[in-house]
Amino acid sequence: MSETPRWLDEDAGPVVRPYALIRGRTRSSGDNLDLIATVSAVGEPPADLGPEQALILRVARHPISVADVAVELDLPVGVVRVMLGDLRDHGLISVSAPAAAGSRPNEGILKEVINGLRAL
Amino acid sequence: MDSVLSEDPVALKILIAGGFGVGKTTLVGSISEIKPLRTEEVLSDRGIGVDDLDGVEAKTTTTVAMDFGRITIREGLVVYLFGTPGQERFWFMWDELSYGALGAVVIADTRRLTDCFPSVDYFEQRGTPFVVAVNCFDGADQHSVDDVRIALDLDDGVPVMLCDVRRRASAKEVMITLVEHSLRTLTAAG
Repeated sequence: MSETPRWLDEDAGPVVRPYALIRGRTRSSGDNLDLIATVSAVGEPPADLGPEQALILRVARHPISVADVAVELDLPVGVVRVMLGDLRDHGLISVSAPAAAGSRPNEGILKEVINGLRAL
Repeated sequence: MDSVLSEDPVALKILIAGGFGVGKTTLVGSISEIKPLRTEEVLSDRGIGVDDLDGVEAKTTTTVAMDFGRITIREGLVVYLFGTPGQERFWFMWDELSYGALGAVVIADTRRLTDCFPSVDYFEQRGTPFVVAVNCFDGADQHSVDDVRIALDLDDGVPVMLCDVRRRASAKEVMITLVEHSLRTLTAAG
């Protein structure tokens, strides 16, 4: 961070607009990925991967949420979803929906959360 | 379909809502590691006159930062917190966030109580379990809690509590109250 030149601070805006990274597309098979869906890298990454895509595969070596991937890459969630959709289409990541999506979690899990919060 | 492995982590979502400057960011930061999550807002008619669009007619989205926090209960069980902007123009984000959410905390400031009306309405309509946490600005007391319950016309079952979002212990108590409330709601629903 300290090596960032002063004239390239956040106020100057990104050098490459986020949507240029995904060739101007705003839609992909990743559109509906839940923010807390878990992403894991699978398979061997090809050599010609873009730097952002390569970074996603690096941070997803251990299971990580979609929101966490966006934070790690410091890119808007929409842009990250497009990239994740592409990577999934190419069989480079697997995505599992959050266990709780659409339905409420079970009693045992909630009790565990309550105890866990108390112990914080 | 993605195969669901038994060791798949369980992830839960809790929303932190309330008016501008009411303490959402502080609450998330008190109890978890907090990071800014960038998301996009579609510029609607509401933005006209606020956002100067001259010369950038092609620009239809702008970036909004959400507060994003993570509490690891144990390996494979994580609670994610999302602090969402309270204004109606951000409701497109809420629809996504509230889907499958464990519940929500609505932070209230007794000096600007109307600011949390939209949040309360929203969660009541969605059937999302929520608690109202009255942030202790300006010496709010138990009397304030009763006033808030009446002013917001809350169901008896909805917990209303005082809190000081800067204090970790208080933030913890709010979260525990919410999860207990969600658990009761779940049990009652059978």
